[in-house]
Amino acid sequence: MTVPAEPERHRRSGRRSARRPQRKRGPVETTIGVIGELLITAGILVGLFLGWQVWWNNLVLSGQQTSAAQEQSKKWVDEATATPRPTPTDSTKPVAVDPPVMAQPADYEPFAVLYIPRLGPDWKRTIRQTVDVEKVLNSYTAGVGHYPDTQMPGEVGNFAVAGHDSGWGNTFIDLSKLRVGDHIYVQTKDGWYTYVFRNFEYVQPTQVQVIAAVPRHPDVQPIDRLMTITTCNPPFHAGERLIAYNVFQGFSPTQDVPEEIRAAVMGG
Amino acid sequence: MYGALWRILPGPVWVRVLILIVLAVVVLWALVTWVFPWVDSLLGPQEGTVGP
Repeated sequence: MTVPAEPERHRRSGRRSARRPQRKRGPVETTIGVIGELLITAGILVGLFLGWQVWWNNLVLSGQQTSAAQEQSKKWVDEATATPRPTPTDSTKPVAVDPPVMAQPADYEPFAVLYIPRLGPDWKRTIRQTVDVEKVLNSYTAGVGHYPDTQMPGEVGNFAVAGHDSGWGNTFIDLSKLRVGDHIYVQTKDGWYTYVFRNFEYVQPTQVQVIAAVPRHPDVQPIDRLMTITTCNPPFHAGERLIAYNVFQGFSPTQDVPEEIRAAVMGG
Repeated sequence: MYGALWRILPGPVWVRVLILIVLAVVVLWALVTWVFPWVDSLLGPQEGTVGP
Protein backbone atom coordinates (compact mmCIF):
# COMPACT_ATOMS: atom_id res chain seq x y z
CA MET A 1 0.00 0.00 0.00
CA THR A 2 2.91 2.32 0.35
CA VAL A 3 3.98 1.94 -3.28
CA PRO A 4 1.79 4.56 -5.09
CA ALA A 5 2.78 7.38 -2.74
CA GLU A 6 6.36 7.62 -4.01
CA PRO A 7 5.76 7.93 -7.78
CA GLU A 8 2.92 10.37 -7.12
CA ARG A 9 5.24 12.75 -5.31
CA HIS A 10 7.96 12.42 -7.93
CA ARG A 11 5.65 13.11 -10.80
CA ARG A 12 4.31 16.24 -9.21
CA SER A 13 7.67 17.67 -8.29
CA GLY A 14 8.97 16.98 -11.76
CA ARG A 15 6.18 18.91 -13.37
CA ARG A 16 6.13 21.93 -11.17
CA SER A 17 9.36 22.87 -9.58
CA ALA A 18 7.63 25.63 -7.61
CA ARG A 19 5.75 23.04 -5.62
CA ARG A 20 8.82 21.11 -4.76
CA PRO A 21 8.88 20.78 -1.01
CA GLN A 22 11.54 23.18 0.18
CA ARG A 23 12.67 24.80 3.34
CA LYS A 24 11.07 28.21 3.76
CA ARG A 25 13.61 30.97 3.25
CA GLY A 26 14.17 33.35 6.10
CA PRO A 27 14.31 37.15 5.69
CA VAL A 28 18.11 37.18 5.70
CA GLU A 29 18.33 34.63 2.91
CA THR A 30 15.69 36.44 0.90
CA THR A 31 17.51 39.75 1.28
CA ILE A 32 20.82 38.25 0.23
CA GLY A 33 19.12 36.62 -2.73
CA VAL A 34 17.57 39.89 -3.88
CA ILE A 35 20.88 41.75 -3.44
CA GLY A 36 22.60 39.09 -5.50
CA GLU A 37 20.05 39.38 -8.28
CA LEU A 38 20.34 43.17 -8.23
CA LEU A 39 24.13 42.93 -8.52
CA ILE A 40 23.87 40.51 -11.44
CA THR A 41 21.37 42.87 -13.09
CA ALA A 42 23.70 45.83 -12.57
CA GLY A 43 26.53 43.86 -14.14
CA ILE A 44 24.43 43.00 -17.16
CA LEU A 45 23.35 46.66 -17.50
CA VAL A 46 26.95 47.87 -17.46
CA GLY A 47 27.81 45.28 -20.10
CA LEU A 48 24.88 46.38 -22.24
CA PHE A 49 25.90 50.01 -21.88
CA LEU A 50 29.44 49.24 -23.01
CA GLY A 51 28.13 47.29 -25.97
CA TRP A 52 25.87 50.19 -26.87
CA GLN A 53 28.58 52.80 -26.46
CA VAL A 54 31.39 50.99 -28.22
CA TRP A 55 29.51 49.16 -30.91
CA TRP A 56 25.79 49.52 -31.46
CA ASN A 57 25.38 53.30 -31.17
CA ASN A 58 28.33 53.87 -33.50
CA LEU A 59 26.98 51.44 -36.05
CA VAL A 60 23.57 53.09 -36.09
CA LEU A 61 24.81 56.67 -35.97
CA SER A 62 27.58 56.19 -38.48
CA GLY A 63 25.09 54.83 -41.01
CA GLN A 64 22.59 57.60 -40.38
CA GLN A 65 25.22 60.35 -40.55
CA THR A 66 26.59 58.94 -43.78
CA SER A 67 23.22 58.81 -45.48
CA ALA A 68 22.33 62.31 -44.26
CA ALA A 69 25.57 63.64 -45.76
CA GLN A 70 24.96 61.66 -48.93
CA GLU A 71 21.53 63.18 -49.31
CA GLN A 72 22.76 66.74 -48.81
CA SER A 73 25.72 66.27 -51.13
CA LYS A 74 23.65 64.69 -53.88
CA LYS A 75 21.06 67.47 -53.61
CA TRP A 76 23.66 70.13 -54.32
CA VAL A 77 25.13 68.20 -57.23
CA ASP A 78 21.69 67.50 -58.72
CA GLU A 79 20.69 71.14 -58.39
CA ALA A 80 23.89 72.26 -60.06
CA THR A 81 23.58 69.85 -62.95
CA ALA A 82 19.93 70.80 -63.43
CA THR A 83 20.90 74.46 -63.90
CA PRO A 84 24.25 74.29 -65.65
CA ARG A 85 26.30 77.44 -65.44
CA PRO A 86 28.89 78.19 -68.08
CA THR A 87 32.18 77.00 -66.65
CA PRO A 88 35.03 78.27 -68.74
CA THR A 89 37.63 76.70 -66.46
CA ASP A 90 39.43 73.47 -67.16
CA SER A 91 37.20 71.19 -65.14
CA THR A 92 39.81 68.53 -64.47
CA LYS A 93 42.06 70.70 -62.34
CA PRO A 94 41.05 72.71 -59.27
CA VAL A 95 41.73 76.40 -59.76
CA ALA A 96 43.94 78.06 -57.18
CA VAL A 97 42.56 81.57 -57.43
CA ASP A 98 40.19 83.23 -55.00
CA PRO A 99 37.41 80.74 -54.34
CA PRO A 100 33.94 81.90 -53.36
CA VAL A 101 33.53 82.32 -49.61
CA MET A 102 30.11 81.90 -48.07
CA ALA A 103 28.83 83.97 -45.15
CA GLN A 104 28.73 82.49 -41.66
CA PRO A 105 25.59 80.31 -41.54
CA ALA A 106 22.98 80.38 -38.81
CA ASP A 107 23.60 78.24 -35.75
CA TYR A 108 23.05 74.51 -36.33
CA GLU A 109 22.61 75.05 -40.05
CA PRO A 110 24.11 72.26 -42.18
CA PHE A 111 26.24 74.14 -44.68
CA ALA A 112 28.87 71.68 -45.93
CA VAL A 113 29.71 68.05 -46.48
CA LEU A 114 33.15 66.74 -45.60
CA TYR A 115 34.85 63.94 -47.55
CA ILE A 116 38.07 62.32 -46.36
CA PRO A 117 38.93 59.32 -48.56
CA ARG A 118 41.65 58.15 -46.13
CA LEU A 119 38.99 57.51 -43.49
CA GLY A 120 37.17 55.16 -45.85
CA PRO A 121 36.03 55.10 -49.48
CA ASP A 122 32.52 56.05 -48.43
CA TRP A 123 33.40 58.32 -45.50
CA LYS A 124 31.35 61.52 -45.46
CA ARG A 125 29.80 63.76 -42.84
CA THR A 126 27.64 66.85 -42.79
CA ILE A 127 29.20 69.93 -41.20
CA ARG A 128 26.92 72.11 -39.11
CA GLN A 129 27.49 75.50 -37.61
CA THR A 130 28.68 75.47 -33.94
CA VAL A 131 30.29 72.61 -32.06
CA ASP A 132 27.28 72.01 -29.84
CA VAL A 133 27.48 68.47 -28.48
CA GLU A 134 23.78 67.60 -28.49
CA LYS A 135 22.69 69.40 -31.63
CA VAL A 136 25.71 68.87 -33.85
CA LEU A 137 28.34 66.37 -32.73
CA ASN A 138 25.90 63.75 -31.42
CA SER A 139 23.33 64.44 -34.10
CA TYR A 140 22.32 61.58 -36.35
CA THR A 141 22.25 64.01 -39.28
CA ALA A 142 25.60 65.70 -38.69
CA GLY A 143 28.67 64.62 -36.71
CA VAL A 144 31.07 67.45 -37.52
CA GLY A 145 30.75 71.01 -36.24
CA HIS A 146 32.29 74.29 -37.36
CA TYR A 147 33.77 76.59 -34.71
CA PRO A 148 31.62 79.72 -35.23
CA ASP A 149 34.46 82.21 -34.68
CA THR A 150 36.68 80.66 -37.34
CA GLN A 151 36.73 81.25 -41.08
CA MET A 152 34.60 79.58 -43.74
CA PRO A 153 35.81 77.09 -46.39
CA GLY A 154 38.28 78.66 -48.80
CA GLU A 155 38.62 81.83 -46.75
CA VAL A 156 42.01 83.25 -45.80
CA GLY A 157 42.55 82.16 -42.22
CA ASN A 158 41.46 78.93 -40.58
CA PHE A 159 38.36 76.88 -41.29
CA ALA A 160 38.18 74.90 -38.03
CA VAL A 161 35.92 71.92 -37.39
CA ALA A 162 35.50 69.39 -34.59
CA GLY A 163 34.12 65.87 -34.31
CA HIS A 164 34.07 62.90 -31.99
CA ASP A 165 36.88 60.45 -32.14
CA SER A 166 35.13 57.42 -30.68
CA GLY A 167 31.48 57.10 -29.84
CA TRP A 168 28.52 58.77 -31.50
CA GLY A 169 29.39 57.50 -34.96
CA ASN A 170 33.16 57.17 -34.57
CA THR A 171 33.52 60.26 -36.71
CA PHE A 172 37.27 60.78 -36.62
CA ILE A 173 38.41 57.49 -35.09
CA ASP A 174 40.87 56.98 -37.97
CA LEU A 175 42.01 60.60 -38.22
CA SER A 176 45.50 59.71 -37.04
CA LYS A 177 45.88 57.54 -40.16
CA LEU A 178 46.05 60.60 -42.42
CA ARG A 179 49.25 60.85 -44.45
CA VAL A 180 50.91 64.00 -45.67
CA GLY A 181 49.40 64.92 -49.02
CA ASP A 182 46.03 63.25 -48.42
CA HIS A 183 43.12 65.16 -49.88
CA ILE A 184 40.26 66.50 -47.83
CA TYR A 185 37.19 67.74 -49.70
CA VAL A 186 34.69 70.23 -48.37
CA GLN A 187 31.54 70.60 -50.41
CA THR A 188 29.27 73.63 -49.98
CA LYS A 189 26.41 74.88 -52.12
CA ASP A 190 29.08 76.74 -54.14
CA GLY A 191 31.35 73.83 -54.98
CA TRP A 192 34.32 71.76 -53.90
CA TYR A 193 37.13 73.06 -51.70
CA THR A 194 40.15 70.81 -51.76
CA TYR A 195 42.54 70.79 -48.83
CA VAL A 196 45.76 68.84 -48.44
CA PHE A 197 46.75 67.31 -45.12
CA ARG A 198 49.91 68.89 -43.73
CA ASN A 199 50.62 67.77 -40.16
CA PHE A 200 49.34 66.62 -36.78
CA GLU A 201 49.63 68.17 -33.38
CA TYR A 202 48.72 66.66 -30.02
CA VAL A 203 47.60 69.27 -27.51
CA GLN A 204 45.76 69.80 -24.25
CA PRO A 205 41.99 70.42 -24.56
CA THR A 206 42.50 74.03 -23.47
CA GLN A 207 44.84 74.95 -26.36
CA VAL A 208 42.42 77.14 -28.26
CA GLN A 209 45.22 78.71 -30.30
CA VAL A 210 45.12 75.71 -32.66
CA ILE A 211 41.95 77.11 -34.22
CA ALA A 212 43.27 80.67 -34.50
CA ALA A 213 43.41 82.20 -38.00
CA VAL A 214 47.13 81.48 -37.85
CA PRO A 215 47.27 78.43 -35.57
CA ARG A 216 49.39 78.99 -32.48
CA HIS A 217 49.83 82.68 -33.37
CA PRO A 218 46.56 84.46 -32.54
CA ASP A 219 48.07 87.92 -33.09
CA VAL A 220 49.44 87.34 -36.58
CA GLN A 221 47.54 88.45 -39.68
CA PRO A 222 46.69 85.36 -41.80
CA ILE A 223 47.77 85.03 -45.42
CA ASP A 224 47.17 81.27 -45.91
CA ARG A 225 43.90 79.38 -46.26
CA LEU A 226 44.03 76.61 -43.68
CA MET A 227 41.67 74.03 -42.30
CA THR A 228 41.95 72.55 -38.81
CA ILE A 229 40.27 69.37 -37.60
CA THR A 230 40.15 68.75 -33.85
CA THR A 231 39.14 65.50 -32.22
CA CYS A 232 39.69 63.51 -29.03
CA ASN A 233 42.80 61.53 -28.34
CA PRO A 234 43.26 58.73 -27.39
CA PRO A 235 40.12 56.80 -28.46
CA PHE A 236 37.51 56.35 -25.71
CA HIS A 237 39.23 58.95 -23.62
CA ALA A 238 39.11 62.73 -23.70
CA GLY A 239 42.51 63.44 -22.19
CA GLU A 240 44.07 65.16 -25.18
CA ARG A 241 43.14 66.62 -28.53
CA LEU A 242 44.43 65.47 -31.87
CA ILE A 243 44.76 68.32 -34.33
CA ALA A 244 45.08 67.84 -38.10
CA TYR A 245 46.20 70.87 -40.12
CA ASN A 246 45.36 71.08 -43.82
CA VAL A 247 46.28 73.58 -46.51
CA PHE A 248 43.92 74.86 -49.19
CA GLN A 249 44.74 73.57 -52.65
CA GLY A 250 41.94 74.62 -54.94
CA PHE A 251 38.29 75.09 -55.71
CA SER A 252 36.06 73.61 -58.37
CA PRO A 253 32.37 74.26 -59.08
CA THR A 254 29.74 71.78 -58.00
CA GLN A 255 29.39 70.12 -61.41
CA ASP A 256 33.06 69.16 -61.38
CA VAL A 257 33.03 66.51 -58.69
CA PRO A 258 36.63 65.67 -57.75
CA GLU A 259 37.64 62.41 -59.41
CA GLU A 260 38.89 60.82 -56.17
CA ILE A 261 35.48 60.97 -54.51
CA ARG A 262 33.24 60.74 -57.55
CA ALA A 263 32.06 57.25 -56.61
CA ALA A 264 31.40 58.26 -53.01
CA VAL A 265 29.37 61.27 -54.12
CA MET A 266 27.36 59.62 -56.85
CA GLY A 267 27.04 56.11 -55.46
CA GLY A 268 24.75 54.83 -52.74
CA MET B 1 13.14 38.93 -7.23
CA TYR B 2 13.06 37.24 -10.62
CA GLY B 3 11.50 34.19 -8.98
CA ALA B 4 8.67 36.38 -7.73
CA LEU B 5 8.25 37.86 -11.20
CA TRP B 6 7.97 34.40 -12.69
CA ARG B 7 5.32 33.42 -10.12
CA ILE B 8 3.30 36.61 -10.66
CA LEU B 9 3.05 36.07 -14.43
CA PRO B 10 -0.10 34.26 -15.52
CA GLY B 11 -0.58 31.42 -17.96
CA PRO B 12 1.44 28.39 -19.00
CA VAL B 13 5.18 28.41 -19.41
CA TRP B 14 5.25 29.51 -23.06
CA VAL B 15 2.99 32.49 -22.32
CA ARG B 16 5.26 33.55 -19.48
CA VAL B 17 8.34 33.21 -21.65
CA LEU B 18 6.64 35.29 -24.36
CA ILE B 19 5.72 38.01 -21.85
CA LEU B 20 9.28 38.03 -20.53
CA ILE B 21 10.72 38.38 -24.04
CA VAL B 22 8.40 41.31 -24.76
CA LEU B 23 9.35 42.88 -21.43
CA ALA B 24 13.05 42.45 -22.19
CA VAL B 25 12.65 44.10 -25.59
CA VAL B 26 10.77 47.04 -24.06
CA VAL B 27 13.43 47.46 -21.36
CA LEU B 28 16.23 47.31 -23.94
CA TRP B 29 14.52 49.87 -26.13
CA ALA B 30 14.05 52.25 -23.18
CA LEU B 31 17.70 51.80 -22.21
CA VAL B 32 19.00 52.55 -25.69
CA THR B 33 16.64 55.46 -26.26
CA TRP B 34 16.85 57.30 -22.96
CA VAL B 35 19.04 55.76 -20.30
CA PHE B 36 22.28 55.12 -22.22
CA PRO B 37 22.45 58.56 -23.90
CA TRP B 38 21.79 60.13 -20.51
CA VAL B 39 24.50 58.06 -18.79
CA ASP B 40 26.88 58.91 -21.64
CA SER B 41 26.28 62.62 -21.09
CA LEU B 42 27.25 62.16 -17.44
CA LEU B 43 30.56 60.53 -18.31
CA GLY B 44 32.21 63.84 -19.06
CA PRO B 45 33.12 65.75 -22.18
CA GLN B 46 34.06 63.55 -25.12
CA GLU B 47 33.27 66.04 -27.82
CA GLY B 48 36.72 66.50 -29.26
CA THR B 49 36.58 70.28 -29.23
CA VAL B 50 39.15 72.67 -27.87
CA GLY B 51 37.99 75.34 -25.50
CA PRO B 52 39.02 77.29 -22.45
